[in-house]
Amino acid sequence: MYLGKRMQEQKSNIYLSQFEQFEKSLNGDASSHVHAIRKAAIAKFAELDFPTTKNEEWKYTDVSRIAKTAFKPALSTQGAIVTEKDLAKFSFGHPEWIRVVCVNGHFSKELSRISDLPKGVKVGSLAEAMKSEPALIEQHLAKHAKYDENAFVALSTAFLQDGVFMHIPDRVVVEKPIHVMMISTGKGEEFVAHPRNLIIAGESSQVSFIETYGSLGNETYFTNTVTEVVLAKNAIVEHERLQMESDNAYHVATLHTYQERDSNFKSNAMTFGGKLVRNNITATLDGEGAEATLNGLYLGTGEQHIDNHTCIIHAKPHCPSHELYKGILAEKSKGVFNGKIFVLKDAQKTDAKQTNKNLILSDEASIDTKPQLEIFANDVKCTHGATIGQLDEEALFYLRSRGVSKNKARDLLIYAFASDVIERITVEPLREELHRILHKRLEAAHELEAE
Amino acid sequence: MALLEIKNLHAAVEGNQILEGVNLSINLGEVHAIMGPNGSGKSTLAQVIAGRDSYNVTEGQILYKGEDLLELDPEERAQKGVFLAFQYPVEIPGVSNMYFLRSALNAIRKSRSEEELDAMDFLKLVKEKAKFVEMDETLLNRPVNHGFSGGEKKRNEIFQMAVLEPTLAVLDETDSGLDIDALRTVANGINKLRDKNRAVIVVTHYQRLLNYIVPDFVHVLVDGQIVKSGGKELALELEEKGYDWIREKTAVSA
Ligand SMILES: Nc1ncnc2c1ncn2[C@@H]1O[C@H](COP(=O)(O)OP(=O)(O)OP(=O)(O)O)[C@@H](O)[C@H]1O
Ligand SMILES: [Mg+2]
Repeated sequence: MYLGKRMQEQKSNIYLSQFEQFEKSLNGDASSHVHAIRKAAIAKFAELDFPTTKNEEWKYTDVSRIAKTAFKPALSTQGAIVTEKDLAKFSFGHPEWIRVVCVNGHFSKELSRISDLPKGVKVGSLAEAMKSEPALIEQHLAKHAKYDENAFVALSTAFLQDGVFMHIPDRVVVEKPIHVMMISTGKGEEFVAHPRNLIIAGESSQVSFIETYGSLGNETYFTNTVTEVVLAKNAIVEHERLQMESDNAYHVATLHTYQERDSNFKSNAMTFGGKLVRNNITATLDGEGAEATLNGLYLGTGEQHIDNHTCIIHAKPHCPSHELYKGILAEKSKGVFNGKIFVLKDAQKTDAKQTNKNLILSDEASIDTKPQLEIFANDVKCTHGATIGQLDEEALFYLRSRGVSKNKARDLLIYAFASDVIERITVEPLREELHRILHKRLEAAHELEAE
Repeated sequence: MALLEIKNLHAAVEGNQILEGVNLSINLGEVHAIMGPNGSGKSTLAQVIAGRDSYNVTEGQILYKGEDLLELDPEERAQKGVFLAFQYPVEIPGVSNMYFLRSALNAIRKSRSEEELDAMDFLKLVKEKAKFVEMDETLLNRPVNHGFSGGEKKRNEIFQMAVLEPTLAVLDETDSGLDIDALRTVANGINKLRDKNRAVIVVTHYQRLLNYIVPDFVHVLVDGQIVKSGGKELALELEEKGYDWIREKTAVSA
């Protein structure tokens, strides 16, 4: 591959040479449909390079730490040893759930437990699906998450190898939730994993999946994941996402959904882990009566930086969208929320509601929040609101005056703040887990505060 | 030894001096009423006793069971038996009344090395106490005071008091705005608690409450000082004559 001189000076050049090595390792596969996409994506990446804070989309999130680190691509599970016991801490007390496990971005057949699925449902490795489902792959893979605009999507697409594939045929309902576990672990080496997921829900089908990102230790690595979810007419997909990676991890996650008529997509995205986190969600409502709900909860402690960028594209009439993101920022953490709503010319009778609320627990924590509405239709209802507040001192005193300790009182008020996001999650064990995580992560923050 | 001994208490809020040398001594078994015009510092005194840190104690002392009360956090005071029924109970959306009260009761029990109550035992206790203050049980599962009417909020304060069984209860205008039925229940709740091992301070504007809760002492707080103390007849006198005569008298004697 030819690399111009200008490109070699870029921070991205390490990835370009890594791509050459990656290509060599592919051997026979290098001529496939997917590989053509990879090549186009790496070329785009070279052109785009990592964004700087001069880029409006990245104004508050400085990714130079990612750009500067020579993360080595995890081309396989890297011989990582993950045991049943390791998985227990990500199982919410339900090891019997259907689970699809990836280690360092690569599907693990040994750890996955896929059974009891309705007839015709395919759940498993994306690498496998590239061979067994060429038509679906060609139709959808990299068609929704565009790699020509976003450098991280381009990079992820260039190194696209494996991840989770799901196909729910028309009219099939999967009753039990499917648990996707993305586990990262490494021995000292700073690596990058690019797990890639493709979920295709056929007409009038229904599925709910929980995606958990976790690490075994506090290793430093980079997760750059891309998920595409396609909903055919009248399909229902619920997506719970729990990110609890190591506090030293870098995490960039991109989710693109594409919805046809009358489909319904619900997302609950919870962020707890990571040193530097950027979540991008783009939901495209491209059929009348399609509905999207994007809810999120983020908790920053220590020096975490957590950025949520959401974008809802209303392309057709009569689509409601609902968005509620709540952030809790403790210690020296920083949060960013940017909520875009595009209402295209044809999307009359759009009903879009966006809310972002933030609770700041210390003087050194902060949030930059910005709604961004671009409306090209004339008969629509769009509302948005953002708030930034602190714990209510009066409420705190009221609780304490009854004998509740200061920390417990703070916890109660923080749970109360988070509760309207948590209560909307239908999977009960997950709600319980969220309370546990909140408690545990805030405990350390409280202790520091007390000094 | 008095249960509560307030000595020359001065307190300020946001730089304004509100309490200007309050002296008050309360023994176990007694009920004291504190009356006084609006803005005279009654709630300030109540909040200082409970430990609100936005009020600065600039001079003086409060001893509770001989211990320096001002050194303690609000929760420690509660654990040692101090209870404040707020003049304006705080609404806390998202926190259930039951969960909150159970946390409070168990924190208090734990501090006394008593066993914590499990959900079942707690429910039993709560039902009994709710009946006793005639509190609508549906309010128990609602968020703390959230969307409660004025009367429901006051009842909730008395209900909490009934569950927590404090040694020193300070009731800040718990009777204000209540209709006569609610007033009777609230008074009933207070009287049930009244025994030789507890003491109560009732802050009120209305003699009416004192028909139901007969106080041992009545104090008049004006401009941050207790200017007159007496028996229950003082309340009647105040109702009849207002506060001006006391103001004038103290001005003359000063
Ligand atoms: N947080 C505060 N900030 C500033 N001033 C305050 C604050 N709280 C009370 N004050 C002032 O302190 C004075 C005493 O108030 P306090 O509430 O103690 O009076 P009160 O006797 O309870 O009156 P009421 O009978 O109306 O309840 C008033 O002048 C009030 O405006
Ligand atoms: Mg008052």
